[in-house]
Amino acid sequence: MSALLFTDSEWSFDRLKATYDAIEEIALNDLKLDVYPNQIEIISSEQMLDAYSSHGMPLMYRHWSFGKHFARDQMMYQKGYQGLAYEIVINSDPCIAYLMEENTMTMQALVMAHASFGHNHFFKNNYLFRQWTDAEGILPYLDFAKKYIAKCEDEYGLEEVEKILDSAHALMDQGVFRYNRPPRLSEADQLAKAARRAEHEQKTFNDIWRTLPNMEEEDGEAEERQLEVRNIKLPEENLLYFIEKASPVLKPWQRELVRIVRNVSQYFYPQKQTKVMNEGCATFVHHYIMHALYDKGLINEGAIIEFLHSHSSVVFQPEFDDQRYSGINPYALGFAMMEDIRRISTDPTAEDRDWFPDFAGKGDWRDVLKDAWANYRDESFILQFLSPKVMRDFRLFALHDDSDEAHYEIEAIHDDRGFRRVRETLARQYDLGMHEPNIQVVAADLEGDRMISLRHETHAGRTLDPKTKEDVLWHVHGLWGHKVKMDEDAA
Amino acid sequence: MNHFNFIDRRKNPKGKSLGNRQRFLRRAKVQIKEAVNKSIRDRSLKDLDSGEKITIPSKSTSEPRFRLDPESGERDYVAPGNKEFGVGDRIKKPPKQGGKGGGKDASDSGEAEDQFQFTLSQEEFLDIFFEDLELPNLVKRSLKDMKSVAWRRAGITVAGSPTNLNLVRTMRNAHGRRLALKRPSNREVNELKERLFELERIASPDEAEIAEKKALLIKLEEMEARRRWAPFIDPLDVRYNAFAPTPIPTTAAVMFCLMDVSGSMGEREKDLAKRFYMLLYLFLKRRYERVDVVFIRHTHHAEEVDEETFFYSRQSGGTVVSTALEKMLEIQKARYSASEWNIYVAQASDGYTQSGDAQRCVEMLDEDVMPISQYYAYIEILDERELEVFSDKDSGAELWRAYRTFAPKWKNFAQTRIAKPSDIFPVFRELFAKNTREAA
Repeated sequence: MSALLFTDSEWSFDRLKATYDAIEEIALNDLKLDVYPNQIEIISSEQMLDAYSSHGMPLMYRHWSFGKHFARDQMMYQKGYQGLAYEIVINSDPCIAYLMEENTMTMQALVMAHASFGHNHFFKNNYLFRQWTDAEGILPYLDFAKKYIAKCEDEYGLEEVEKILDSAHALMDQGVFRYNRPPRLSEADQLAKAARRAEHEQKTFNDIWRTLPNMEEEDGEAEERQLEVRNIKLPEENLLYFIEKASPVLKPWQRELVRIVRNVSQYFYPQKQTKVMNEGCATFVHHYIMHALYDKGLINEGAIIEFLHSHSSVVFQPEFDDQRYSGINPYALGFAMMEDIRRISTDPTAEDRDWFPDFAGKGDWRDVLKDAWANYRDESFILQFLSPKVMRDFRLFALHDDSDEAHYEIEAIHDDRGFRRVRETLARQYDLGMHEPNIQVVAADLEGDRMISLRHETHAGRTLDPKTKEDVLWHVHGLWGHKVKMDEDAA
Repeated sequence: MNHFNFIDRRKNPKGKSLGNRQRFLRRAKVQIKEAVNKSIRDRSLKDLDSGEKITIPSKSTSEPRFRLDPESGERDYVAPGNKEFGVGDRIKKPPKQGGKGGGKDASDSGEAEDQFQFTLSQEEFLDIFFEDLELPNLVKRSLKDMKSVAWRRAGITVAGSPTNLNLVRTMRNAHGRRLALKRPSNREVNELKERLFELERIASPDEAEIAEKKALLIKLEEMEARRRWAPFIDPLDVRYNAFAPTPIPTTAAVMFCLMDVSGSMGEREKDLAKRFYMLLYLFLKRRYERVDVVFIRHTHHAEEVDEETFFYSRQSGGTVVSTALEKMLEIQKARYSASEWNIYVAQASDGYTQSGDAQRCVEMLDEDVMPISQYYAYIEILDERELEVFSDKDSGAELWRAYRTFAPKWKNFAQTRIAKPSDIFPVFRELFAKNTREAA
């Protein structure tokens, strides 16, 4: 038996370090996780609120909407309507995790296991993150973005900058490449390019022309852009990309702003598609590690009970008719599925062997999980791994909602006839394509009247919400500068 | 072994999102201002000193996105917690907008609320509240015409009064000079003298001793000459601490609240008066580091009381306004010298005073009160019917008319009538706006 790492709830840097080492030992040598180097920052609750309001990023450009979110979160927090997350973790290399100073030592241990190893492993290994985000480049890029936008504010005024950012934000969801890898520059290239542009401005600086806004592109740059525009094959799903490249009215700095918003949106896109897996992975890891610490005699009963108390509230799933119900809790579903994968690997039932012949009873649950974490997103993960047992435990049922009917209809429930149907429906529910409208640029008359045509390909008769449609189109018009047409067609 | 760090960020500067907040407040300025004005009108002004929960229409700061209309088309989804449903069961949908229970798809619920609620800090609330108001004549005493002076250290000088002698510097200079000029020390002189005594004590000195004595005497004389020439402390060595008078802005204000508490001032009148004092107090508090408040109530005689008594206890008796002014002057002389305090007076009354007293008030104001006051505000509390009757500014109760005659002489004197809580805010602004116009 080793000595206890801590016996009371006070944390200190020495304790954090010792506990981190013990957690790391389990994470790397037992679970065999593969993580970015960790950087752990201790912050106050106010700083946590700060981080909340700007997508959890330690650096972000300035915009009123972040102030609005901060104001709301702050009020909710101060009135006690809403607690703060125990941690925020950033997909970067090194992986930055924030711990709140208010946390007890047990909570700090939980959070380190959860964020610095669970999420960290997921960020480093999941194919979506590997393919679509640049963990090394994100912080330097945001630093560049922040400074660039601040400079634009100085130069062109808060309002001009705000106008572009507002409009670009409105199209953020339509600002990602979903299927094909973006024809992107690496962030380093972009920084170099922006620096070149700044240098050019310096060189060509002429006091006489100072009062004229600098709106000309460098010759080479304009041509390069025209070429890129010609290479875009319509329809194009990434509205922001198309506008950035092809808008007839945007000035170079405005294109840069649109690009910044687009890059931020693209960076967060994988997170939207892996909520269940990401949280499930982190929750599974912290659960495993905390128990391992306890089994090794490194934490006492008090700590493990405190841990279980907060763990069980994290993975609590209210039922659909509960006041507290607001959809399926990704922590609960992810954790349950991953625990179940472990159970199926080591102690399968006959049913499991039918459903999961590949790995039932094989014993190597670590490999199965690591393979899942690396190669799936929520939709495919659920489709592949949701077991009848989890469906039964959650008492899942599928219903059909036709907006013309006064009733919901139950399509399938957690029984032998319904398992596959429930599983498919749930998987589709996590397909972003299903609840984010699919809007594409179908035509843009760049030589003639410069009208841009957008089309919403509707699915199952679901149309755009008229309450926001016009407002967003107004923003599109602002960025495009000419007529905007919007069709809603069934695919 | 991965390398890792712990970083303590708690000491990092706070308010990282301040820039975002300012941008947000600027963005929603019109709506926020409206909401603040509304809350000032509706709420009790006693709450003013704290932050304020503000609700603005969310439309003004909406962030529209394309989203699917939850009330269109068909969709399938999964929910947890089935109890008795079987395949093919039909569940009645909950009434529109009552959307609790099954049927809310997380991505579609979005930001549906029509109101956006958040908390303005006291600072921000008051900033908006006081926007484009200026404290009258503020510059006069507190910034431009600074009468208060503090003596601050201003290095070392060679001239000064003995009380400011800087002993350390002086002695240090003297010591250096003595070393440089090779002033013989006391010890050296004493040794020489002792030797001389020894020689003198010898009854019959020999040749050598006589010669030594002679030499010593010459040396002693030389030494003493040198000591005279290079004194222990020379006027050159002396240094004084220097102090220079530095003007400091007057940052303290005293506010005298005068109120008639005779029977004719009821709950309603007192409440209105209180709100007025409150506003003036807040306003002063923002401009001065320190604000003292003196409550003077009066009937036919005046006394200084605490706030509680001032507003809530009743007294019977006649009404002699001048007694309050006398009391105020007495307190001012005793405790609040006009050179150190910015003096503000707020007087509330129902306008009645003993006949003949109004004239005496005017005299006192003119001669004693106004010259030392930054600002004097008189509010007359009427009921609404009276306000209509007295819509003409020149007619009114005795005190009002008397004040009217003398008021034009003093730019920092204001008088107004109020009848209901909603009058206060406009009146308050008018008082100060008028004054800035004239001061400008």
